[in-house]
Amino acid sequence: MADTIQEVQQEIIDEFVVFDDWMDRYNYLIELSNNLPEIDPKLKNNDYLIRGCQSKVWLNAEYRDGKIIYTADSDAIITKGIIALLIRVLSNRTPKEIMDTNLEFIDKIGLRENLSPTRANGLLSMIKQMKLYAIAYDAKEKKN
Amino acid sequence: MANFNIHKVRSDFPVLSQKVYNKPLVYLDNGATSQKPIQVIETVNKYHSELNSSIHRGVHFLSDQVTNAYEKARETVKTFINAEKSSEIIFTSGTTMSINLLAFSFGEKYVRQDDEIIISEMEHHANIVPWQMLCERRNAKLKVIPFDDLGLLQIDALPGMINNKTKLIAVTHISNTLGTVNPIKEIIRIAHASGIPVLIDAAQSVQHTAIDVQDLGCDFLVFSGHKVYGPTGTGVFYGKEKYLEALPPYQGGGDMVDVVTFEKTTYNVIPFKFEAGTTNYIGAIGLAAALDYISSLGIESVSAYESELLHYAMQQLDTLGEITIYGRTPEKASILCFLINGVHMADAGMIFDKMGVAVRIGSHCAQPVWQHYGIDGTLRVSLSLYNTKEEIDYLCKAVQQVKSMFA
Repeated sequence: MADTIQEVQQEIIDEFVVFDDWMDRYNYLIELSNNLPEIDPKLKNNDYLIRGCQSKVWLNAEYRDGKIIYTADSDAIITKGIIALLIRVLSNRTPKEIMDTNLEFIDKIGLRENLSPTRANGLLSMIKQMKLYAIAYDAKEKKN
Repeated sequence: MANFNIHKVRSDFPVLSQKVYNKPLVYLDNGATSQKPIQVIETVNKYHSELNSSIHRGVHFLSDQVTNAYEKARETVKTFINAEKSSEIIFTSGTTMSINLLAFSFGEKYVRQDDEIIISEMEHHANIVPWQMLCERRNAKLKVIPFDDLGLLQIDALPGMINNKTKLIAVTHISNTLGTVNPIKEIIRIAHASGIPVLIDAAQSVQHTAIDVQDLGCDFLVFSGHKVYGPTGTGVFYGKEKYLEALPPYQGGGDMVDVVTFEKTTYNVIPFKFEAGTTNYIGAIGLAAALDYISSLGIESVSAYESELLHYAMQQLDTLGEITIYGRTPEKASILCFLINGVHMADAGMIFDKMGVAVRIGSHCAQPVWQHYGIDGTLRVSLSLYNTKEEIDYLCKAVQQVKSMFA
């Protein structure tokens, strides 16, 4: 992946700029949800579950060649679409890149309230968990 | 249609006239909290801006004024639920505090090891957890009256659950999820036949239907102010005098005492014994204004109108098809939990939101109800006296929008 995290975030912001209607934005997220690479069905268990009150998110991270590969899924489609964006930005990056990222695209495409703690849809916890994986792999790398 | 002027009623609630995401707000989340009429807002405003002073303490003009208004508010609540005496009315912060008060004070006095408390399967968490906490403290046992798939409480099971260890039955009048109106009079009759007191959780009923505690014969009844058009952080705990006299206080502090020495403190008379510290007295005065507001429309008219709205909503949703409604008992209040088949509630909720439709999604603080059905939760539409058939039509439009996107 040649583009920087910043470039990918900008790319997403540009994609969303054309939508002036919420339903169009959501339709696009539904479309994106279909493109999310499937998480290994075996991993859709409680060990990988990030529980929200309203929807469930499963997240896995693997460390390969100095980069973290995330896979994830959700039982709600719009949440899954947002996950697809998060993975597009953060997956296949080094722990340091992930730790240093400020996920500003979420705000800029108008999805901020979907990450508020009151929505309890698992997304906020998912981002925390993604960052925690990065911190863990970073610490492990330094130890080696 | 309504026995009252619905346009006038809507204009009493300033929140309702706003737009969200440039769409008219359709507020269908009244089971969570109700909006406030201008009469309540102005009352609270007036006391904060002109008549504020600590109650029961001052020897000055303002304190007298507010104390009188606070005690008049108690009188208003007494009349609204037809309690025998106003000293049986205790102001709390809400249903949750009221139930915690009872679980503590009743538990201290009456519940010992191996004793039993009975609740129902359709309680919200506020009428489950305080009893579980009590049972853990006392090593007592919690028993649960089941409901069937329609949402009907299995009252036939109750007599068999009662024994000489049973100390209290705590049940909801109206389920906050299934909308079921429980036969509380029958439950009270069965309980009293064995000398067992009954708590009625009226958090979802006092705004929908007339309550007469003397006619019901219940020993305790609780509700929240914010769900009956009153200020948030207000609530009521009603208890029969004989119990209030017998129960120990819940919290210690100012106002609930008679004489305090370091050796021993004697307590104030009821209701003050249960109102420690500076209460939310302006909130209580606001709550009385809310009850006056309901009375001005007539609770029977409100009840009939909401019932009409509910049946219209159920009929329209059934007509749309591919909708699963949870709770189909004949006696049902205007609380409507449903799922759009094949669509996740969170997805539907997000589309509703952007169309200006406010509903609740999730477990609605009653997880065991959804464990009964083996699902995580639902969408919940809860209708109130200011909702309209036009709003239900718009809800149906939102459902169709969701179907077109997801189903």
